Amino acid sequence: MQTSTSSMPLPKRLIGFFAVTIALTAAVAVLGIILGMVGSFVSNGGGGVTWTFLSEFPRNNNTEGGIWPALAGTTLLVLLMTILGVPVGTATAIYLTEFAKQDSWFARSVRFAVNTLAGVPSIVFGLFGVGFFIQFMGNGIDGWLGTSSFGDGSLLWSAATLAVLTLPVVIVAVEEALRAVPRDLREASLALGATRWQTIVKVVVPNAVTGILTGSILAVGRGAGEVAAILFVGVTYSSESIPSAVTEKFMHLGYHLFVLSTQSPDVDLTLPLQYATTLVLLGLTFLLNLTAILIRSRLRKR
Amino acid sequence: MAKDIPLKIETHDFSFYYGAKQALHNITIGIPERRVTAFIGPSGCGKSTFLRSINRMNDLIDGTRTDGHMVVDGIDVYSKEVDVVTLRRRIGMVFQKSIPFPKSIYENITYGLTLNDSVSKSDLDSIVESCLRKAALWDEVKDRLNNSALGLSGGQQQRLCIARAVAINPDILLMDEPCSALDPISTGKVEELITELKDTYTIVLVTHNMQQAARVSDNTGFFLMGSLIEFDRTRTIFTSPSKKETEDYITGRFG
Repeated sequence: MQTSTSSMPLPKRLIGFFAVTIALTAAVAVLGIILGMVGSFVSNGGGGVTWTFLSEFPRNNNTEGGIWPALAGTTLLVLLMTILGVPVGTATAIYLTEFAKQDSWFARSVRFAVNTLAGVPSIVFGLFGVGFFIQFMGNGIDGWLGTSSFGDGSLLWSAATLAVLTLPVVIVAVEEALRAVPRDLREASLALGATRWQTIVKVVVPNAVTGILTGSILAVGRGAGEVAAILFVGVTYSSESIPSAVTEKFMHLGYHLFVLSTQSPDVDLTLPLQYATTLVLLGLTFLLNLTAILIRSRLRKR
Repeated sequence: MAKDIPLKIETHDFSFYYGAKQALHNITIGIPERRVTAFIGPSGCGKSTFLRSINRMNDLIDGTRTDGHMVVDGIDVYSKEVDVVTLRRRIGMVFQKSIPFPKSIYENITYGLTLNDSVSKSDLDSIVESCLRKAALWDEVKDRLNNSALGLSGGQQQRLCIARAVAINPDILLMDEPCSALDPISTGKVEELITELKDTYTIVLVTHNMQQAARVSDNTGFFLMGSLIEFDRTRTIFTSPSKKETEDYITGRFG
């Protein structure tokens, strides 16, 4: 290595030197940005994250008190989103890997749709949520049942919108997990007289369950921090109570942050709250990602 | 070849295609019941494709099709009325790589049995024991039936796969290079097992190892480039083959 480097002509060596320097600088910059960001939030917001902050309702026009309804709303939203989205995503992935002919027109269309879905701006999902979930489905259900609770923004429609938004993440992750199950294992099962479906249920899915979990958690992580998509479909800036039904509106950490920083009569007054809320939101996302990483590393060890 | 033994598997002009590529050319063969039939030939000659055509494992590959007849017990397995799941329950298969399910030894054996029928625990227990005995594995694992099958050695895993295949009580055992990943001692055990099992099962063995074919099989077929060049008693194939290609292959002048 040494001799070959020094025997290279000077211009080439200079190019090499600059390339390495630029790459290294970029890497250091990325690390610096992240450390600086997290550091700033921890130092400014760390003191604000107290038990009262987490467990109390906001008071006095969001300038005092805590974030409990936003925290609870985010959690409920994410749970409901998972319940709605992960089964659909898993089923789609199972169809794509196990049943569809790989080059069939239909499978290619589904894949194209999934990839396109992944690139759609989240605000568009929000508008889709208004048009499809609230106006079409919600009003439809209301007309059918004679109620008036579904035709408006709610926890349910927000969760449904986010479920659609996170579908690509779930589908891609689950597909990857299913493909990682050796073909031999499938053949062994089929050769013993199992049907395709029995093979999927008894062999493929149990062997991919950690991957499916990881994918779901990553999707949840993506959904938990999403604000734009739920703007029009049920989030509210202030709430007197924790939602007791899926048709109620809810508060959300990300949206609460937006409200604190732009909609408050005295933004300076809310600054400590903003820092603390950001820290909680970051912590939540980090926790979800950490769980996914831990599960994945356990999977690799096996 | 002896004509008095009933034929278990017969093919007539059986051809197989992966998309546009023809992998098997008009194979016509009769495989006798309760004998060991070995297929030898260089890599890519079609012997594994032929083996996997018997229990329709190739169905799993997109874009494949067949021509001619593949008849097992008098029924064309590629005819419309044949249910592939039922077919595979009558034909056990052992693969090149030993691939136990990541379940316990016990569950590996009972996997095929419990798919459709509910079998009582005591019946299962006795089947597990008899299958493991048939696979000459019982004494080695009887104290750890509930341990993961992945903890077994490679040779033990392959014998477990044989026991697993035997557990569904098939008539035919297809073995696709079952010893290629095993050390000589494990290979010896599996070969011994094949010899014992042929009293009960019609065994079709694909092997790269000509000595193995010579040791364990009654009849041997030689495949080359998707065609069955020669099929005869194993002794005849290895001592006085009638085709030049066969002779070239077994004397090592080819492949």
